[in-house]
Amino acid sequence: MNPYLVPGLIVVVLVTVGIGVYGLRFARTTSDFLVASRSVSPAWNAAAISGEYLSAASFLGVAGLILRYGVDVLWYPVGFAAGYLALLLFVAAPLRRSGAFTLPDFCEVRLGSPLLRRLASVFVVFIGCLYLVPQLQGAGLTFTTVTGGSYAWGALLVGVVVTANVALGGMRAITFVQAFQYWLKLTALAVPVIFLALQWQSDGRPAVTPQPGATFPVATTVVLEQDAVVDGVPLEKGQQLSYDAGAPVPKVSTVDANFGADWLRPGGDGSLFATYSLILATFLGTMGLPHVLVRFYTNPDGASARRTTLVVLGLVGTFYLLPTLYGVLGRIYTPQLLMTGRTDAVVLLLPEAALGGGHLGQLLGALVTAGALAAFLSTSSGLLTSVAGVVFTDVLRAGRGGSIRDFRLATVLAASVPVLLSLYVSNMDVSRVVGLAFAVAASSFCPLLVLGIWWRRLTDVGAVAGVLAGGGASMAAVLITVLGPPLDGWLADAVGQPAAWTVPLAFIVMISGSLLTSKRVPRDVGATMLRLHAPETLRA
Amino acid sequence: MAADDDVKAKTDVNPERPARTRVVLGEAAARRRPADRAGTDLAEQTPIGEALVKGLMRAQLALALRLALVVVTGLGALPLLFAVAPGVGGVKLFGIYLPWLLLGLLSFPFLIGVGWAYVRWAERNEQDFVALIRRPEQ
Repeated sequence: MNPYLVPGLIVVVLVTVGIGVYGLRFARTTSDFLVASRSVSPAWNAAAISGEYLSAASFLGVAGLILRYGVDVLWYPVGFAAGYLALLLFVAAPLRRSGAFTLPDFCEVRLGSPLLRRLASVFVVFIGCLYLVPQLQGAGLTFTTVTGGSYAWGALLVGVVVTANVALGGMRAITFVQAFQYWLKLTALAVPVIFLALQWQSDGRPAVTPQPGATFPVATTVVLEQDAVVDGVPLEKGQQLSYDAGAPVPKVSTVDANFGADWLRPGGDGSLFATYSLILATFLGTMGLPHVLVRFYTNPDGASARRTTLVVLGLVGTFYLLPTLYGVLGRIYTPQLLMTGRTDAVVLLLPEAALGGGHLGQLLGALVTAGALAAFLSTSSGLLTSVAGVVFTDVLRAGRGGSIRDFRLATVLAASVPVLLSLYVSNMDVSRVVGLAFAVAASSFCPLLVLGIWWRRLTDVGAVAGVLAGGGASMAAVLITVLGPPLDGWLADAVGQPAAWTVPLAFIVMISGSLLTSKRVPRDVGATMLRLHAPETLRA
Repeated sequence: MAADDDVKAKTDVNPERPARTRVVLGEAAARRRPADRAGTDLAEQTPIGEALVKGLMRAQLALALRLALVVVTGLGALPLLFAVAPGVGGVKLFGIYLPWLLLGLLSFPFLIGVGWAYVRWAERNEQDFVALIRRPEQ
């Protein structure tokens, strides 16, 4: 095992706790404690939002998808960044001015309907759990890759650590901790990539897609863990395959991947419908993620919420330049992942595979592992805090009289479902599962927020109907994808990437439902709109 | 009538522009308040006040939709382009295939540029609105 690994991970945890303790010295009131201090500058706030947002799916999953499928999946990083532009254009400033802390709060402020509030809570919990699953998957995968232990133990270990952390109040939403995590994640990918590029240069710039197909850079031995057809020859479980350096990488029937021109050029076997569905889900889904919205409350006013979002767009955009390079270089230095199907591990394995097992390779390997740890610690803590908060106030109905014990119970409840699910769906791509969470958010909260902010005639009945139709349909599609049997043909596309039909459905139902019940438009809609849109300087 | 008021007010903004930067003492601002009719309209939800807010909302929504259209045509049309004209996907620039360059590298500065333009123009809309409310009554 890599000797730098354990010290690296300990340093990450110590620095995180250290900054947290340092940050606590500034927290004086309860609201300071919950949302850091409201006097945080846009730059710090933006780094904190980015730190919480860039999860295991971004850190490990995007590079893995690119290694596997090539240019078609570049839409994932583009969409993950573009979501913040949609948030900026339609939601950021008015949402901050509404004074809502969570999505259920916004429903209460805008439409004053307890039913809608409860429905929104259900969706926050569902999306939060769905988003937690890939974080734990990433943790399990990292644990297996780095220590050779079992996947389940890794996922369980991180699940328990994060739950204990949130339940005991060890890692609250402290702005400085999250901001530090962003810079750590950026460094952990940016520094190794410089050395990787230099290595690629000194190797004589090997082609990413050589003519006869991908080849092994060094002699490699693979053990089959299940029956598979390798290059047309059926083989049984337990068989050992050895390849010399320079031998072509065979195609394995159980691993779905693109090769040659399919990988290099757009429009391989991914259909146009799936691509547009993915674009719609990621562009519109970001605004509905529970842990993202909470952070906007930290801005002092609407104008600074807008500036913060712009800085987030810059920070996130900078980060997403890097996973693409890992995916491409992984094609050259770690082609064996295309056989095993564990492509999500490419970021962790690439430094040592390309630079050799010397001190440099090991140091950089420890650095990316530390970054991965930061990725799932920060995102899952933020997510679990938001989900547990909603379970605490809206499901357990604890309200103001709720005790700390109730909050801890809520945390354990909120964590148990995703931990169990992560054990079950270990073979799904991390980024795919995250894409599903975005699809649900885009078909439930996006219409609710956009119409709630810009359309006076929205009614509570219309909103409930729209969320039930769009959100319900996408939720069903997700459950079928994760738990159901594999599907074929157009049905597979429509269920696997539902956003292209569920988002328009939600908008249409919400608008027509509101028009049909136009008598139920809240009487104070004028005052609400004034509050959402007028600059704070006019409030005397 | 309310709409007329809105249009007239908008044309009034430009000649009034220097007034916006004036620094007013708290005392002077308090003395001016009874004459600040637009502000009262806004707070008391009169039809004029409502029309003023509607005007601001319309301006902000139009700006957001226009910039969203820029992104939809700039980025959203790419999959269709690659599907309709597969030759475009094979063009190489600086030794890199065009789709990789467009999506992996250039899309991010494009998004940031659109966001920057939005923040600038949205803030200008709000400043105009504040100037409109705060303008001294003739």
